[in-house]
Amino acid sequence: MSAIRLLVGTRKGAFVMTSDGQRQRWDISGPHFGGWEVYHLKGSPVDPNRVYASQSSSWFGQVIQRSNDGGQTWEAVGNDFAYAGAPGTHLWYDGTPHPWEFKRVWHLEPSLTDPDNVYAGVEDAALFRSVDGGRTWQELAGLRGHPSGRSWQPGAGGMCLHTIILDPSEPKRFFIAISAAGVFRTDDAGETWRPMNRGLRSESIPNPTAEVGHCVHRIVMHPSRPGVLFMQKHWDVMRSDDAGESWREVSGNLPSDFGFPVHVHAHEPETLYVVPIKSDSEHYPPEGKLRVYRSRTGGNEWEALTQGLPQRDCYVNVLRGALAVDALEPCGVYFGTTGGQVYGSTDAGDRWAPIVRDLPAVLSVEAQTLP
Amino acid sequence: MIRVALPAHLRTLARLEGEVKLDVAGAVTQRSVLDAVEARYPMLRGTMRDHVTQQRRAFVRFFACGEDLSGEPPDTLLPEAVATGAEPFLVVGAIAGG
Repeated sequence: MSAIRLLVGTRKGAFVMTSDGQRQRWDISGPHFGGWEVYHLKGSPVDPNRVYASQSSSWFGQVIQRSNDGGQTWEAVGNDFAYAGAPGTHLWYDGTPHPWEFKRVWHLEPSLTDPDNVYAGVEDAALFRSVDGGRTWQELAGLRGHPSGRSWQPGAGGMCLHTIILDPSEPKRFFIAISAAGVFRTDDAGETWRPMNRGLRSESIPNPTAEVGHCVHRIVMHPSRPGVLFMQKHWDVMRSDDAGESWREVSGNLPSDFGFPVHVHAHEPETLYVVPIKSDSEHYPPEGKLRVYRSRTGGNEWEALTQGLPQRDCYVNVLRGALAVDALEPCGVYFGTTGGQVYGSTDAGDRWAPIVRDLPAVLSVEAQTLP
Repeated sequence: MIRVALPAHLRTLARLEGEVKLDVAGAVTQRSVLDAVEARYPMLRGTMRDHVTQQRRAFVRFFACGEDLSGEPPDTLLPEAVATGAEPFLVVGAIAGG
């Protein structure tokens, strides 16, 4: 019988939650790395017990942890993220040149074929790769070396490379997203990169349709249809049907098109989920109602999913990495909040129930479907 | 025998209890002591000093014999009491935040 394992990163440690295929009762272990920020954990698609975790602290910097038993035990591996060559400068908030400085790992993306091969998206924005299970890291410097790199600027949360998507149909094609530079794609395994932001419109930047400079919060792809991408931008929910070459808005009837996460149903590539947030200065749900919105039409037409979620006096946020789906039937959907709740739905979002209510602020949620 | 007291989070990371006790060949300085600590506990590399510049991390402080040595050059000799093991070399996470 299948089982589900949730990997939850919080402001003060990591939690591993497991359930059988019924998804009704959960065992929770943690905090792992208590007191440290855990921005992200992710398991290898080919060896689900191989899990990587990003552990960081303002005091003691970055640590990468690796587990070979699904998060029961951990081993600290390599944490030397040295930019290739002379780091150079990007632009600071005030538009002045600012040296690249490594701060933390936001996202870990294990390879689709090799559990020892893993990618790391970091702040200040760069992409690193390890081919030895996280012991050593090398920058894929072509990204930061893109001619636009020296003009990238941070978003409010820092200049982070927060999303990495490996295309299952094209082994050398990756997508990454940076706040606030936008989406980039490589078709040669990271040697060269192209901005993929045509169709985005951001009123808060000098040229609203600039090739680079958009605050993309999250992108997602359904593995069965790699040419289709969905995006939650700072404002606007967007869709691409040509592998990022162009985008069109699909915000439709959302109560707010600001938000952080976006995800796709495991079995229905046209069914997607977002969590509308009131505005960029009010990081809480509109009207104090925590609502996941689901579109079964690939965007534009959205329905509020409210059953089991607080519909008054709720002022939490759901961060970009904190929405996940499992691969069971019906599809399970999960999200964590800055208030420390992790909610789950076993029926594709129709009904929700809290799995846990009082964790530290949740930074990320990943769902593993285990045999 | 040099004694080094690490903050709780680094003891947890290194899976050790109590003070670190180790021998340091040659001059006993911040650099030689931290080099020896990191050689025994490689997972601590980068947590007290930057990997590349070897500069002390901003929220990490070094004390010994009641003195704040954080601003001392890394190759300055540590007090004799540290070199003899009479006093520990203290690595402290700065009090920061609200």
